[in-house]
Amino acid sequence: MRELFQYLIFPGAVFTVCVGCLASWIDRKVSARVQWRVGPPFLQPFYDIVKLLGKETTIPKGASRATFLLCPLVAFASVILVSTLLWRIMLSPGVSYVGDLIVVIYLLTIPSLCLVIGGAASANPLSSLGASREMKLILSYELPFILVLFVPVIQARGALQLGHLMIFQQTNHLAVFSLSGLLAFIVAILCMQARLGLVPFDAPEAETEIIAGPYTEYSGPPLALFKLTGWMSLFVLPVFLMILFMGGINFSGIHLLWGILKYVLLLVIIILIRNTNPRLRIDQVLRFFWTRVFILALISVILALAGV
Amino acid sequence: MSLKTKALLNSLWVYHLSCGSCNNCDIEILDCLTPRFDIERFGIKLVGSIRHADVLLVTGIVTKQVLPRLKRLYEQAPKPIVIVAVGACPCSGGIFAKSYSMAGPLDKVIPVDAYIPGCPPKPEAIIAAVVKLWKKLGK
Repeated sequence: MRELFQYLIFPGAVFTVCVGCLASWIDRKVSARVQWRVGPPFLQPFYDIVKLLGKETTIPKGASRATFLLCPLVAFASVILVSTLLWRIMLSPGVSYVGDLIVVIYLLTIPSLCLVIGGAASANPLSSLGASREMKLILSYELPFILVLFVPVIQARGALQLGHLMIFQQTNHLAVFSLSGLLAFIVAILCMQARLGLVPFDAPEAETEIIAGPYTEYSGPPLALFKLTGWMSLFVLPVFLMILFMGGINFSGIHLLWGILKYVLLLVIIILIRNTNPRLRIDQVLRFFWTRVFILALISVILALAGV
Repeated sequence: MSLKTKALLNSLWVYHLSCGSCNNCDIEILDCLTPRFDIERFGIKLVGSIRHADVLLVTGIVTKQVLPRLKRLYEQAPKPIVIVAVGACPCSGGIFAKSYSMAGPLDKVIPVDAYIPGCPPKPEAIIAAVVKLWKKLGK
Protein backbone atom coordinates (compact mmCIF):
# COMPACT_ATOMS: atom_id res chain seq x y z
CA MET A 1 0.00 0.00 0.00
CA ARG A 2 2.80 2.37 0.96
CA GLU A 3 4.71 1.50 -2.22
CA LEU A 4 1.58 2.17 -4.27
CA PHE A 5 1.21 5.60 -2.66
CA GLN A 6 4.88 6.30 -3.32
CA TYR A 7 4.56 5.24 -6.96
CA LEU A 8 1.34 7.13 -7.66
CA ILE A 9 1.55 10.25 -5.47
CA PHE A 10 4.63 11.53 -3.72
CA PRO A 11 7.93 10.76 -5.30
CA GLY A 12 6.07 9.10 -8.18
CA ALA A 13 3.49 10.13 -10.75
CA VAL A 14 1.77 13.27 -9.42
CA PHE A 15 4.90 14.86 -8.00
CA THR A 16 7.06 14.10 -11.04
CA VAL A 17 4.40 15.34 -13.47
CA CYS A 18 4.08 18.64 -11.54
CA VAL A 19 7.84 19.23 -11.34
CA GLY A 20 8.23 18.10 -14.95
CA CYS A 21 5.66 20.68 -16.06
CA LEU A 22 7.52 23.30 -14.03
CA ALA A 23 10.84 22.29 -15.67
CA SER A 24 9.25 22.50 -19.11
CA TRP A 25 7.91 25.97 -18.33
CA ILE A 26 11.37 27.11 -17.14
CA ASP A 27 12.81 25.65 -20.35
CA ARG A 28 10.40 27.55 -22.61
CA LYS A 29 10.58 30.76 -20.60
CA VAL A 30 14.40 30.87 -20.47
CA SER A 31 14.58 29.99 -24.18
CA ALA A 32 12.20 32.88 -24.88
CA ARG A 33 14.27 35.28 -22.78
CA VAL A 34 17.44 34.17 -24.60
CA GLN A 35 15.68 35.07 -27.87
CA TRP A 36 14.51 38.41 -26.41
CA ARG A 37 10.87 37.32 -26.23
CA VAL A 38 8.42 37.24 -23.33
CA GLY A 39 7.57 33.56 -23.37
CA PRO A 40 4.53 31.50 -22.38
CA PRO A 41 2.56 31.91 -19.12
CA PHE A 42 3.22 29.77 -16.05
CA LEU A 43 0.31 27.36 -16.64
CA GLN A 44 1.26 26.72 -20.29
CA PRO A 45 2.42 23.05 -19.90
CA PHE A 46 -0.75 22.31 -17.94
CA TYR A 47 -2.94 23.83 -20.68
CA ASP A 48 -1.05 21.90 -23.36
CA ILE A 49 -1.56 18.58 -21.58
CA VAL A 50 -5.26 19.17 -20.80
CA LYS A 51 -5.86 20.18 -24.39
CA LEU A 52 -4.06 17.13 -25.79
CA LEU A 53 -6.05 14.85 -23.47
CA GLY A 54 -9.26 16.25 -24.96
CA LYS A 55 -8.25 15.69 -28.58
CA GLU A 56 -9.05 12.80 -30.85
CA THR A 57 -6.66 9.83 -30.95
CA THR A 58 -5.99 8.80 -34.52
CA ILE A 59 -4.42 5.46 -35.33
CA PRO A 60 -2.94 5.43 -38.82
CA LYS A 61 -4.01 2.80 -41.31
CA GLY A 62 -1.52 -0.05 -41.34
CA ALA A 63 -0.10 0.77 -37.93
CA SER A 64 0.24 -1.87 -35.25
CA ARG A 65 -2.54 -0.71 -32.96
CA ALA A 66 -1.50 -2.23 -29.61
CA THR A 67 2.20 -1.39 -29.97
CA PHE A 68 1.40 2.12 -31.15
CA LEU A 69 -0.77 2.86 -28.11
CA LEU A 70 1.26 0.95 -25.49
CA CYS A 71 4.62 2.58 -26.22
CA PRO A 72 3.79 6.01 -24.71
CA LEU A 73 2.29 4.31 -21.66
CA VAL A 74 5.35 2.14 -21.01
CA ALA A 75 7.69 5.11 -21.47
CA PHE A 76 5.62 7.18 -19.02
CA ALA A 77 5.46 4.37 -16.45
CA SER A 78 9.20 3.73 -16.56
CA VAL A 79 10.09 7.40 -16.02
CA ILE A 80 7.79 7.45 -12.98
CA LEU A 81 9.51 4.31 -11.69
CA VAL A 82 12.96 5.88 -12.03
CA SER A 83 11.78 9.00 -10.24
CA THR A 84 10.26 6.95 -7.40
CA LEU A 85 13.46 4.92 -6.99
CA LEU A 86 15.73 7.97 -6.96
CA TRP A 87 13.61 9.98 -4.53
CA ARG A 88 13.10 7.07 -2.14
CA ILE A 89 16.88 6.72 -1.97
CA MET A 90 17.40 10.45 -1.46
CA LEU A 91 14.75 10.63 1.27
CA SER A 92 16.16 7.62 3.15
CA PRO A 93 19.47 6.23 1.79
CA GLY A 94 18.88 3.04 3.79
CA VAL A 95 16.33 1.67 1.28
CA SER A 96 19.04 1.48 -1.38
CA TYR A 97 19.89 -2.10 -2.42
CA VAL A 98 22.88 -3.65 -4.18
CA GLY A 99 22.87 -2.88 -7.89
CA ASP A 100 20.10 -0.27 -7.99
CA LEU A 101 22.46 1.85 -10.08
CA ILE A 102 22.25 -0.81 -12.80
CA VAL A 103 18.45 -0.98 -12.49
CA VAL A 104 18.21 2.78 -12.98
CA ILE A 105 20.49 2.64 -16.04
CA TYR A 106 18.23 0.00 -17.60
CA LEU A 107 15.03 1.88 -16.74
CA LEU A 108 16.36 5.12 -18.20
CA THR A 109 16.81 3.40 -21.58
CA ILE A 110 13.17 2.30 -21.78
CA PRO A 111 11.66 5.70 -22.85
CA SER A 112 14.10 5.96 -25.76
CA LEU A 113 13.41 2.36 -26.77
CA CYS A 114 9.66 3.01 -26.61
CA LEU A 115 10.17 5.95 -28.91
CA VAL A 116 12.00 3.70 -31.38
CA ILE A 117 9.32 1.00 -31.23
CA GLY A 118 6.41 3.49 -31.35
CA GLY A 119 7.94 5.31 -34.30
CA ALA A 120 8.51 2.08 -36.16
CA ALA A 121 4.96 0.88 -35.39
CA SER A 122 3.23 3.97 -36.77
CA ALA A 123 3.47 3.06 -40.47
CA ASN A 124 4.90 6.36 -41.57
CA PRO A 125 8.19 6.66 -43.49
CA LEU A 126 9.23 9.78 -41.57
CA SER A 127 8.50 8.09 -38.24
CA SER A 128 10.61 5.12 -39.26
CA LEU A 129 13.42 7.47 -40.23
CA GLY A 130 13.16 9.20 -36.86
CA ALA A 131 13.11 5.83 -35.10
CA SER A 132 16.24 4.71 -36.92
CA ARG A 133 18.00 7.94 -35.97
CA GLU A 134 16.90 7.54 -32.36
CA MET A 135 18.38 4.06 -32.36
CA LYS A 136 21.72 5.40 -33.63
CA LEU A 137 21.55 8.12 -30.98
CA ILE A 138 21.07 5.53 -28.22
CA LEU A 139 24.05 3.57 -29.57
CA SER A 140 26.22 6.66 -29.60
CA TYR A 141 25.61 8.08 -26.11
CA GLU A 142 25.16 4.85 -24.19
CA LEU A 143 28.85 3.84 -24.36
CA PRO A 144 30.44 6.98 -22.81
CA PHE A 145 27.53 7.39 -20.40
CA ILE A 146 27.97 3.95 -18.81
CA LEU A 147 31.75 4.43 -18.78
CA VAL A 148 31.60 7.67 -16.79
CA LEU A 149 29.15 6.16 -14.31
CA PHE A 150 32.10 4.03 -13.16
CA VAL A 151 33.93 7.12 -11.94
CA PRO A 152 31.88 7.83 -8.78
CA VAL A 153 31.68 4.06 -8.20
CA ILE A 154 35.49 3.76 -8.30
CA GLN A 155 35.85 6.80 -6.05
CA ALA A 156 33.46 5.25 -3.53
CA ARG A 157 35.57 2.04 -3.57
CA GLY A 158 33.23 -0.06 -5.68
CA ALA A 159 29.87 0.68 -4.06
CA LEU A 160 27.09 -0.11 -6.55
CA GLN A 161 24.36 1.28 -4.28
CA LEU A 162 23.10 4.78 -5.03
CA GLY A 163 22.54 5.37 -1.31
CA HIS A 164 26.19 4.49 -0.52
CA LEU A 165 27.47 6.70 -3.35
CA MET A 166 25.44 9.62 -2.03
CA ILE A 167 26.45 9.17 1.61
CA PHE A 168 30.10 8.69 0.62
CA GLN A 169 30.10 11.99 -1.28
CA GLN A 170 28.27 13.86 1.46
CA THR A 171 30.77 12.69 4.10
CA ASN A 172 33.98 12.88 2.03
CA HIS A 173 33.98 15.19 -0.96
CA LEU A 174 31.68 15.62 -3.97
CA ALA A 175 32.74 13.78 -7.12
CA VAL A 176 32.74 16.97 -9.21
CA PHE A 177 35.43 18.49 -7.00
CA SER A 178 38.06 16.00 -8.20
CA LEU A 179 39.62 16.13 -11.68
CA SER A 180 38.34 12.73 -12.80
CA GLY A 181 34.87 13.51 -11.43
CA LEU A 182 34.74 16.84 -13.21
CA LEU A 183 35.67 15.29 -16.58
CA ALA A 184 33.12 12.54 -16.03
CA PHE A 185 30.50 15.12 -15.12
CA ILE A 186 31.06 17.06 -18.36
CA VAL A 187 30.71 13.84 -20.38
CA ALA A 188 27.58 12.93 -18.42
CA ILE A 189 26.01 16.34 -19.17
CA LEU A 190 26.62 15.83 -22.91
CA CYS A 191 25.11 12.33 -22.73
CA MET A 192 22.14 13.71 -20.78
CA GLN A 193 21.54 16.28 -23.53
CA ALA A 194 21.49 13.48 -26.11
CA ARG A 195 19.27 11.31 -23.94
CA LEU A 196 16.77 14.16 -23.64
CA GLY A 197 16.84 14.52 -27.44
CA LEU A 198 17.52 18.26 -27.27
CA VAL A 199 19.57 20.47 -29.59
CA PRO A 200 22.35 19.80 -30.74
CA PHE A 201 21.39 16.11 -30.56
CA ASP A 202 17.76 16.40 -31.73
CA ALA A 203 18.30 14.70 -35.09
CA PRO A 204 15.58 12.08 -34.37
CA GLU A 205 12.94 14.76 -33.84
CA ALA A 206 14.30 17.32 -36.36
CA GLU A 207 11.05 19.19 -37.06
CA THR A 208 12.57 21.07 -40.02
CA GLU A 209 13.58 17.86 -41.81
CA ILE A 210 11.34 14.95 -40.85
CA ILE A 211 8.24 16.72 -39.39
CA ALA A 212 8.45 15.39 -35.83
CA GLY A 213 10.29 12.10 -36.25
CA PRO A 214 8.80 9.24 -34.21
CA TYR A 215 6.10 11.56 -32.82
CA THR A 216 4.68 12.37 -36.28
CA GLU A 217 1.63 10.11 -36.20
CA TYR A 218 0.84 10.54 -32.50
CA SER A 219 -2.11 12.75 -31.56
CA GLY A 220 -4.21 13.42 -28.48
CA PRO A 221 -3.60 11.48 -25.23
CA PRO A 222 -0.68 9.28 -26.48
CA LEU A 223 1.12 12.42 -27.61
CA ALA A 224 0.41 13.99 -24.22
CA LEU A 225 2.03 10.98 -22.53
CA PHE A 226 5.11 11.25 -24.74
CA LYS A 227 5.35 14.99 -24.06
CA LEU A 228 5.03 14.38 -20.31
CA THR A 229 7.71 11.69 -20.50
CA GLY A 230 10.07 14.16 -22.12
CA TRP A 231 9.34 16.85 -19.52
CA MET A 232 9.71 14.43 -16.64
CA SER A 233 13.06 13.28 -18.04
CA LEU A 234 14.06 16.93 -17.83
CA PHE A 235 13.60 16.51 -14.09
CA VAL A 236 14.67 12.90 -13.51
CA LEU A 237 17.97 12.87 -15.42
CA PRO A 238 19.48 15.91 -13.66
CA VAL A 239 18.45 14.36 -10.32
CA PHE A 240 20.22 11.14 -11.31
CA LEU A 241 23.40 13.06 -12.16
CA MET A 242 23.09 14.97 -8.88
CA ILE A 243 23.04 11.73 -6.90
CA LEU A 244 26.04 10.37 -8.80
CA PHE A 245 28.26 13.43 -8.95
CA MET A 246 26.96 16.11 -6.59
CA GLY A 247 25.87 14.20 -3.49
CA GLY A 248 22.11 14.36 -4.18
CA ILE A 249 19.81 16.49 -2.07
CA ASN A 250 20.19 16.69 1.70
CA PHE A 251 16.78 17.38 3.25
CA SER A 252 17.95 18.99 6.48
CA GLY A 253 17.44 22.76 6.77
CA ILE A 254 19.47 25.03 4.52
CA HIS A 255 20.95 22.04 2.60
CA LEU A 256 17.59 21.65 0.85
CA LEU A 257 17.99 25.07 -0.78
CA TRP A 258 21.49 24.09 -1.90
CA GLY A 259 20.03 20.92 -3.47
CA ILE A 260 17.42 22.91 -5.39
CA LEU A 261 20.14 25.27 -6.59
CA LYS A 262 22.13 22.30 -7.93
CA TYR A 263 19.08 21.15 -9.91
CA VAL A 264 18.39 24.63 -11.32
CA LEU A 265 22.06 24.94 -12.31
CA LEU A 266 21.89 21.67 -14.29
CA LEU A 267 18.60 22.70 -15.92
CA VAL A 268 20.02 26.07 -16.98
CA ILE A 269 23.11 24.36 -18.44
CA ILE A 270 20.80 22.11 -20.51
CA ILE A 271 18.76 25.11 -21.71
CA LEU A 272 21.81 27.17 -22.59
CA ILE A 273 23.43 24.32 -24.56
CA ARG A 274 20.11 23.91 -26.34
CA ASN A 275 19.81 27.58 -27.27
CA THR A 276 23.35 28.21 -28.45
CA ASN A 277 23.96 25.26 -30.77
CA PRO A 278 22.90 24.14 -34.23
CA ARG A 279 21.62 20.63 -34.90
CA LEU A 280 24.22 17.96 -35.71
CA ARG A 281 23.66 15.30 -38.35
CA ILE A 282 23.29 11.82 -36.92
CA ASP A 283 26.65 10.64 -38.31
CA GLN A 284 28.34 13.65 -36.72
CA VAL A 285 26.68 12.79 -33.41
CA LEU A 286 27.95 9.22 -33.62
CA ARG A 287 31.48 10.35 -34.47
CA PHE A 288 31.42 12.98 -31.70
CA PHE A 289 30.39 10.52 -29.01
CA TRP A 290 32.54 7.59 -30.09
CA THR A 291 35.77 9.56 -30.52
CA ARG A 292 36.13 12.77 -28.50
CA VAL A 293 33.60 12.09 -25.75
CA PHE A 294 34.67 8.46 -25.47
CA ILE A 295 38.35 9.45 -25.09
CA LEU A 296 37.40 12.01 -22.45
CA ALA A 297 35.39 9.36 -20.61
CA LEU A 298 38.29 6.90 -20.79
CA ILE A 299 40.71 9.51 -19.40
CA SER A 300 38.36 10.25 -16.50
CA VAL A 301 38.07 6.55 -15.64
CA ILE A 302 41.88 6.13 -15.75
CA LEU A 303 42.31 9.21 -13.55
CA ALA A 304 39.74 7.83 -11.12
CA LEU A 305 41.63 4.52 -10.96
CA ALA A 306 44.83 6.50 -10.29
CA GLY A 307 43.00 8.26 -7.47
CA VAL A 308 43.09 11.83 -8.85
CA MET B 1 -16.21 28.20 -19.94
CA SER B 2 -15.24 24.57 -19.36
CA LEU B 3 -11.68 23.59 -18.57
CA LYS B 4 -11.37 21.79 -21.90
CA THR B 5 -12.28 24.90 -23.89
CA LYS B 6 -10.04 27.09 -21.74
CA ALA B 7 -7.11 24.73 -22.30
CA LEU B 8 -7.77 24.68 -26.05
CA LEU B 9 -7.88 28.47 -26.22
CA ASN B 10 -4.64 28.80 -24.30
CA SER B 11 -2.68 26.33 -26.37
CA LEU B 12 -3.52 26.61 -30.07
CA TRP B 13 -0.92 24.64 -32.03
CA VAL B 14 -0.80 25.80 -35.61
CA TYR B 15 -0.10 23.71 -38.69
CA HIS B 16 0.80 25.99 -41.55
CA LEU B 17 -0.14 24.87 -45.06
CA SER B 18 0.97 26.91 -48.04
CA CYS B 19 -1.32 25.87 -50.88
CA GLY B 20 0.09 28.03 -53.62
CA SER B 21 1.07 31.30 -52.05
CA CYS B 22 3.65 33.85 -53.11
CA ASN B 23 5.35 33.51 -49.68
CA ASN B 24 4.29 36.97 -48.45
CA CYS B 25 1.63 35.68 -46.07
CA ASP B 26 4.00 32.96 -44.84
CA ILE B 27 6.59 35.57 -43.88
CA GLU B 28 3.95 37.62 -42.06
CA ILE B 29 2.91 34.52 -40.10
CA LEU B 30 6.52 33.97 -39.04
CA ASP B 31 6.60 37.66 -38.03
CA CYS B 32 4.07 36.88 -35.31
CA LEU B 33 6.62 34.61 -33.63
CA THR B 34 9.41 37.21 -33.55
CA PRO B 35 10.34 39.20 -30.40
CA ARG B 36 8.25 42.17 -31.52
CA PHE B 37 4.91 40.31 -31.47
CA ASP B 38 5.81 37.01 -29.72
CA ILE B 39 2.53 35.16 -30.06
CA GLU B 40 3.93 32.30 -27.94
CA ARG B 41 2.86 34.45 -24.95
CA PHE B 42 -0.62 33.00 -25.60
CA GLY B 43 0.60 29.44 -26.04
CA ILE B 44 0.43 29.56 -29.83
CA LYS B 45 3.21 27.70 -31.59
CA LEU B 46 3.91 26.16 -34.97
CA VAL B 47 4.00 22.37 -35.19
CA GLY B 48 5.34 20.22 -38.01
CA SER B 49 2.74 17.47 -38.05
CA ILE B 50 -0.99 17.83 -38.76
CA ARG B 51 -1.63 15.17 -36.09
CA HIS B 52 -0.47 17.63 -33.40
CA ALA B 53 -2.39 20.61 -34.75
CA ASP B 54 -5.43 22.49 -33.44
CA VAL B 55 -5.41 25.09 -36.19
CA LEU B 56 -5.00 24.48 -39.91
CA LEU B 57 -3.66 27.72 -41.34
CA VAL B 58 -4.03 27.99 -45.10
CA THR B 59 -2.25 30.55 -47.28
CA GLY B 60 -2.34 30.97 -51.05
CA ILE B 61 -4.92 30.06 -53.67
CA VAL B 62 -6.33 26.56 -53.56
CA THR B 63 -5.02 25.18 -56.83
CA LYS B 64 -6.37 22.08 -58.55
CA GLN B 65 -2.99 20.46 -57.89
CA VAL B 66 -3.15 20.91 -54.12
CA LEU B 67 -6.89 20.24 -53.68
CA PRO B 68 -6.66 16.47 -52.94
CA ARG B 69 -3.80 17.04 -50.47
CA LEU B 70 -5.77 19.77 -48.70
CA LYS B 71 -8.79 17.52 -48.32
CA ARG B 72 -6.57 14.71 -47.06
CA LEU B 73 -4.90 16.95 -44.49
CA TYR B 74 -8.31 18.06 -43.24
CA GLU B 75 -9.33 14.42 -42.84
CA GLN B 76 -6.06 13.53 -41.09
CA ALA B 77 -6.34 16.32 -38.52
CA PRO B 78 -7.48 15.23 -35.04
CA LYS B 79 -10.78 16.92 -34.22
CA PRO B 80 -11.61 19.57 -33.04
CA ILE B 81 -9.71 21.47 -35.72
CA VAL B 82 -10.03 25.15 -36.58
CA ILE B 83 -9.49 26.33 -40.15
CA VAL B 84 -8.06 29.81 -40.75
CA ALA B 85 -7.65 31.40 -44.16
CA VAL B 86 -4.80 33.92 -44.26
CA GLY B 87 -4.58 36.46 -47.09
CA ALA B 88 -6.77 37.49 -49.97
CA CYS B 89 -6.10 34.32 -51.98
CA PRO B 90 -7.78 31.66 -49.79
CA CYS B 91 -10.49 34.15 -48.70
CA SER B 92 -11.74 35.04 -52.17
CA GLY B 93 -9.20 34.07 -54.78
CA GLY B 94 -7.67 37.53 -54.94
CA ILE B 95 -6.16 38.41 -58.30
CA PHE B 96 -6.15 34.74 -59.23
CA ALA B 97 -9.93 34.35 -58.94
CA LYS B 98 -10.35 33.74 -62.69
CA SER B 99 -7.22 31.61 -63.07
CA TYR B 100 -7.45 28.30 -64.95
CA SER B 101 -5.76 26.43 -62.10
CA MET B 102 -8.02 27.82 -59.38
CA ALA B 103 -10.18 25.27 -57.51
CA GLY B 104 -12.29 27.91 -55.75
CA PRO B 105 -11.85 29.86 -52.53
CA LEU B 106 -11.01 27.80 -49.45
CA ASP B 107 -14.58 27.81 -48.03
CA LYS B 108 -15.84 26.00 -51.15
CA VAL B 109 -13.63 23.05 -50.16
CA ILE B 110 -13.56 22.87 -46.34
CA PRO B 111 -15.45 24.84 -43.63
CA VAL B 112 -13.51 27.97 -42.64
CA ASP B 113 -13.67 29.43 -39.11
CA ALA B 114 -11.78 32.70 -39.60
CA TYR B 115 -10.85 34.85 -42.57
CA ILE B 116 -7.87 37.22 -42.46
CA PRO B 117 -8.00 39.39 -45.59
CA GLY B 118 -5.04 41.44 -46.81
CA CYS B 119 -2.28 41.04 -49.35
CA PRO B 120 -0.42 40.24 -47.16
CA PRO B 121 -2.22 40.85 -43.83
CA LYS B 122 -0.16 42.66 -41.21
CA PRO B 123 0.90 40.71 -38.09
CA GLU B 124 -1.47 43.00 -36.15
CA ALA B 125 -4.34 41.80 -38.34
CA ILE B 126 -3.39 38.18 -37.68
CA ILE B 127 -3.34 38.82 -33.92
CA ALA B 128 -6.74 40.57 -34.17
CA ALA B 129 -8.03 37.46 -35.90
CA VAL B 130 -6.70 35.33 -33.04
CA VAL B 131 -8.70 37.46 -30.58
CA LYS B 132 -11.86 37.06 -32.68
CA LEU B 133 -11.24 33.33 -32.88
CA TRP B 134 -10.98 33.13 -29.08
CA LYS B 135 -14.35 34.90 -28.74
CA LYS B 136 -15.93 32.55 -31.26
CA LEU B 137 -14.50 29.36 -29.74
CA GLY B 138 -15.27 30.51 -26.20
CA LYS B 139 -19.01 30.43 -26.89
